[in-house]
Amino acid sequence: MVQFALPRNSRVKPGKTHKAPAGAKNVKEFHIYRYDPDKKSNPTLDIFEVDLDGIGPMVLDALIKIKDEMDPTLTFRRSCREGICGSCAMCIDGLNTLSCLKPIADIKGPVKIYPLPHLEVVKDLVPDLTHLYAQYRAIEPWMKTSSAMPKRERLQSPEDRDKLDGLWECILCFCCATSCPSYWWNSHRYLGPAILLQAARWVHDSRDEALGERLDDLEDPFKLYRCHTILNCTKACPKGLNPAKAIADLKILVMERAY
Amino acid sequence: MAKMRSDLMTARALGSARDGFHHWWIERLSAIALVPLTLWFACGIVSVAGADYAEFAAWLGKPWNAGLMICFISAAFLHGKMGMEVIIEDYLEPRSVQLAVKVFVNLMAFALGIVSVVSVLIVALRG
Repeated sequence: MVQFALPRNSRVKPGKTHKAPAGAKNVKEFHIYRYDPDKKSNPTLDIFEVDLDGIGPMVLDALIKIKDEMDPTLTFRRSCREGICGSCAMCIDGLNTLSCLKPIADIKGPVKIYPLPHLEVVKDLVPDLTHLYAQYRAIEPWMKTSSAMPKRERLQSPEDRDKLDGLWECILCFCCATSCPSYWWNSHRYLGPAILLQAARWVHDSRDEALGERLDDLEDPFKLYRCHTILNCTKACPKGLNPAKAIADLKILVMERAY
Repeated sequence: MAKMRSDLMTARALGSARDGFHHWWIERLSAIALVPLTLWFACGIVSVAGADYAEFAAWLGKPWNAGLMICFISAAFLHGKMGMEVIIEDYLEPRSVQLAVKVFVNLMAFALGIVSVVSVLIVALRG
């Protein structure tokens, strides 16, 4: 359901300021959302003055420096640091993106960092992705076949393989899903752009034999048609994919068999 | 006992309604139809601006004008009703209120649409 204000216990209050060491020359302010579930108090916005000299160019480099040298309690997910694992998705400077792909130099003024919007926060910049993973499981993201198992691999023409381009590259970081107002208001029923793009990846796979069933399961006023073509998903995707187009193509497929 | 239900069952919930295409499709068709119809309606209203009742009734009495006016009214009420339904589903909670308002909007659109069409027919046929 739509919410115009945060619940009382989720309102963000001013937090601590961590000063840069004396003599630092290249200082940038980072305003970072902090929430500690053990403290039973409201989230805060901590200010870190980070000396950018000697670290890498990305927001993730600064976060690692903060955790390493300024406040080891700062909690965030990260793994590959090169935009392929999808772990470090967060809301930076008002846009959901991967902190490892976001250059600090692109941001004017203080760097404001929040967890992905409209998810429950586990701690600091770590949101709870349980429901998104369950929705992913619910679309059955694996090849489904009924015909006899072939003696060797299932073949696919190069043209059919091309139809999966723009879909298989999704790394499930959920920047798109959590940028979508429709997903914010109706995530309990709407699948959201990330899961629908993944559904499209199997719908368009020429080797899959469950296309009709998949469309049956998607055709629903909420699961699919809650997409109102807002396009925040496409704007947010740090991999440059187009979930809005994938959703539009699903709607066209449903139309082709119904009309 | 929400926490005893598995995450997968929470995501699957009631499953698919196997429906939704029709609503989406009619919403778009009525939107496309309303582009020329609204232009015609605006031009038509401007052409009879300042006319008295007899002149307006004579204008509306022409088959094309009466027909297009009924088309415009039907498409506008249909499109408006469908758009309102989506907005209500997006923004209104709890579910009981959502259902009640959706039924109310449907009945109102149906009643007002019928009254409007009948009014056009009365003016067009009676003169």
